[in-house]
Amino acid sequence: MERRKPSESPLFQQLLGLGLALLLVIVVTSVLIALSGKSPLAAFQAMIKGAFGTKNSTAETMIKTVPLLLAALGLTICYRTGLTSLGSEGQIVIGGLMATIVGIYMGGLPKPILVPLAMIAGMIGGGLWASIAGFLKAKLGVSEIINTIMLNYVATYFVSYLISSGPLQEESGFYPQSDLLSQNAWLSSILPGTRMHTGVIVAAVSVVAVYLLLWKLPLGYQMRAVGNNPIAARTNGIKVARNMVLAMVLSGVFAGLAGAIELMGIHHRLMNGFSSSYGFDAMAVALLGGLHPAGVTVAALFFGALRTGANTMQRTLQVPVSLVNVIQGLVILFVLMQAVLRSFTIKLFTSKKGAAAKEA
Amino acid sequence: MGEKVLEMRNVTKRFGRLIANDKVNFDLEKGEVHALLGENGAGKTTLMNCLYGIYSPEEGEILLRGQPLALNGPKDAIAHNIGMVHQHFMLVPPLTVLQNIVLGQECRLSPMKLDRARREVEELCRLYGFQLDLDTKVADLSVGAQQRVELVKALYRGADILILDEPTAVLTPTEVEGLFEILRQFVSQGKSIIIISHKLWEVKQISNRVTVLRSGAAVSTVFTADVEESDLADMMVGKKVSLQYEKTPVKSQEAIFEMRNVNVTGSQRASSLKDLSLHICKGEILGIAGVDGNGQLELSEAVMGLAEIQSGQVFFDGEEITRVPTRRRIERGFAHIPEERMTQGLVMNFSASENMILNCYDRPPFTKNHIFDNRAVRENGKKLVEEYDVRPRSPEAAARSFSGGNQQKVIIAREFSQDPKLVVAVQPTRGLDIGASEFVHHKLLERKEQGAGVLLISADLDEVLAVSDRVLVINEGEIMGEFIPGTISYGDIGLMMGGTRQGKKEGDPA
Repeated sequence: MERRKPSESPLFQQLLGLGLALLLVIVVTSVLIALSGKSPLAAFQAMIKGAFGTKNSTAETMIKTVPLLLAALGLTICYRTGLTSLGSEGQIVIGGLMATIVGIYMGGLPKPILVPLAMIAGMIGGGLWASIAGFLKAKLGVSEIINTIMLNYVATYFVSYLISSGPLQEESGFYPQSDLLSQNAWLSSILPGTRMHTGVIVAAVSVVAVYLLLWKLPLGYQMRAVGNNPIAARTNGIKVARNMVLAMVLSGVFAGLAGAIELMGIHHRLMNGFSSSYGFDAMAVALLGGLHPAGVTVAALFFGALRTGANTMQRTLQVPVSLVNVIQGLVILFVLMQAVLRSFTIKLFTSKKGAAAKEA
Repeated sequence: MGEKVLEMRNVTKRFGRLIANDKVNFDLEKGEVHALLGENGAGKTTLMNCLYGIYSPEEGEILLRGQPLALNGPKDAIAHNIGMVHQHFMLVPPLTVLQNIVLGQECRLSPMKLDRARREVEELCRLYGFQLDLDTKVADLSVGAQQRVELVKALYRGADILILDEPTAVLTPTEVEGLFEILRQFVSQGKSIIIISHKLWEVKQISNRVTVLRSGAAVSTVFTADVEESDLADMMVGKKVSLQYEKTPVKSQEAIFEMRNVNVTGSQRASSLKDLSLHICKGEILGIAGVDGNGQLELSEAVMGLAEIQSGQVFFDGEEITRVPTRRRIERGFAHIPEERMTQGLVMNFSASENMILNCYDRPPFTKNHIFDNRAVRENGKKLVEEYDVRPRSPEAAARSFSGGNQQKVIIAREFSQDPKLVVAVQPTRGLDIGASEFVHHKLLERKEQGAGVLLISADLDEVLAVSDRVLVINEGEIMGEFIPGTISYGDIGLMMGGTRQGKKEGDPA
């Protein structure tokens, strides 16, 4: 079974590998854009302008960053504990579902109570959903890679049923979607004239929270020990199964929060595909960010910017949006190759010195 | 007898700086059972792997019926009618017996070829009186039956020379009898057999000649009928220059730790603990001697609360702790130097200082008011690398970057800095050089002086004798006898390690 070992190598080496990975992405993408007869430079310019050019585009980038960041923070905990979860997507969907239920059926509550309540409902939903995967792994040894993928399908199609012919479909019964959430459950804008909502603040707080969890609580040390060497952890009396379940649940809590915020801040009603594959991109974000909250924040911004910038690039240059998917794919590929790239660059740097030393 | 079918001359095999076989001479006559006897790590299996083409020796030559033999892998060995049954069977569980037997011989198994193979295998089984259903899946067979499949497989490939690596390790006593019966038949058909073993009584029972290996070198070759088991034990264990330590007498009669009739299911039948009882006094080092795989791991795990105790009771400081989890035991003063330093002992990606708190990270000073204090961790690391002479003195370097001896020091620093009342040390000096070994021993003796009980489990008899105040010999999960080091001979210890109960007559199996 493949196990993703969080690397604890020096920061410089990590950045080196990351830098090289991004450089390769840019080179390969440029070639692809050039092949389609467009100027790579113009395309990248359009993309950056589209992502950060105006107040509104920056806000759009931010709101796309929020769910990516939250889900990736959850995965950071999970991967650090040695679990390769692919289940954020399903957990986001369940989080959204729970927020919808609270937002619709408890809509009479005042906003300062309803908003946190719906968020907490989303967190509980995501956490419980993830706990299924955690128990399957810890108690029965079912690979978390497989069971999280399967639970994604279950979650997605269950919600799809609820809103297309089930009890949550809107009163008019026309579209496969739920009623609108009570306005008291909508997140307010924090940047007038844009869709940038209070979820950004929640995400920022979460970054700090995950950092504190991993490095300032004994639980974080314990989880990292389990992730790096479960046998040594067990030998020292750390309960491996319990930590695995807990890590899975925590990742679900953050994914559920992402789902709730996406729903309360953007869509305001439950519909198919509201999660926009954030859960899958989050895996790349977590890895690209080096499984560190700070790195994950940067990586989430990068992926958020890609999502908004891509549209502009398409409009101004007629470069297909699917190219952005190619870029994302390449990023993941090169990031996974990081270790190889890193040792390659280090060799490149040191080979001359080494040769000189041998001669001397 | 008399005709030499095989001869190995001055065979030397090195692994890096380690010499696994040092100028070993060995020969095999037609129609004999030749036993290869020695402790773990004496080089028995390495020597046979050279003969089977798995390793190629650096020096020396192998002669088969007088002709020099160059082997480039087991395929060549098989082509020269040499067969080997490994200690861990090389069978494919979901395939049937017949499929396993012909595996590797036929690339494409057309029904016709398979039919012919079936007839040949059936003929073989008839000849030697094997009862095997060729269409049963190997996964459904008992261990003894699986071994018979391995034997038939070797025969089907035309083996005249059969190498058996510890064939009885996994068998029950009746199955052992059955195996010996089969081996005698082979020999009467003119085949020659090499059997690797460290069990004296079975060597005595089955072999015509014995070659004893010690530390990679062949000590001597004798006719089995000419020697007693105790002579073999002497040859096997040898009288090496041993470590010497000043031992102070045990002051207390009070038990710090006690086990009563403990049963634990092990990974193998031989390693399960069977009604095992023992006690360790305050300020005493209790040594456990025995051949690897006889329940030592299970014993250490039972003490630490890592293995499930089927029945029996465990006491610490007068209190029953049979069901107390590992963590609580550590908090009460248990320390554990595990057998596998790299997998069980350390988190290799963590720094030395992070590893030094693996057993106490959630207690002050490392966790105060639920907050984990990295600075305290680093300071502790800085202090302990000095105190325990970890080199290089870089507590923030990853554990993987230290040498084996210094990794062991990191573990010892962690365990002993918590001022333990009971220390469980399993093979604490395996793979360490003399200097590092002495360091570890001194630390154990120091603990004892301070009143802790120490359980020293080691397959290195010299170590056990040099450090312990009292020694128990374990065999197949049972205590064979108890003695004070220096009061009985190596031969007697060897007998107990081989499965003879203390005070029993020689020659009785178990």
